Amino acid sequence: MSALLLGLAAFLLVNLAAGLVRVMRGPTAADRMLAVQLFGTTAVAVVLLLAEAQQEPGVHNVALVFALLAAVASVAFVQRIWGRGRT
Amino acid sequence: MTAAVEAASVLLLLGGAGFFLAGTVGLLRFPDVYSRLHAVTKADNAGLGLIAAGLALRADSLAGAAKLLLIWLLVLLASATASHLIARSSLERGIEPWKAP
Repeated sequence: MSALLLGLAAFLLVNLAAGLVRVMRGPTAADRMLAVQLFGTTAVAVVLLLAEAQQEPGVHNVALVFALLAAVASVAFVQRIWGRGRT
Repeated sequence: MTAAVEAASVLLLLGGAGFFLAGTVGLLRFPDVYSRLHAVTKADNAGLGLIAAGLALRADSLAGAAKLLLIWLLVLLASATASHLIARSSLERGIEPWKAP
């Protein structure tokens, strides 16, 4: 059973690597930030899958931290770089 | 775990992975920031939701399942807020939504 979970985690990691193409191409900073937002969510999903595969429920806390970090990163991006009055 | 619950869990997990794939393809293929936003939020909401639901069926306790639900809700809230902020600030910067040529 854990083979399916690990396989799905690997599949999501491949997705993540494909998403890096959008970070490279842009064209605007917002496009790059969207890819990063998708990375954050994918990381949460990967960590949850690994936690189940290893039978380590404590790792769920790591997923929570990833979710929080992604939220803070996006808001900081809009506030400091992309928002009104910035170039 | 009964076979029916097991099968439902596998189906939910595969469905979630499918949404993540769709989100990545959309991120790569869609023409502008607003349509990419649309693709990314599908992966955030439906993809992670289905995966969390599939894993919740395997959880040892009700508390474990509830924690998965809470993680999903946090991501939902965060991604909705962030997407709204990015879309509005992009409009304020004068980035025009893409129109079919």
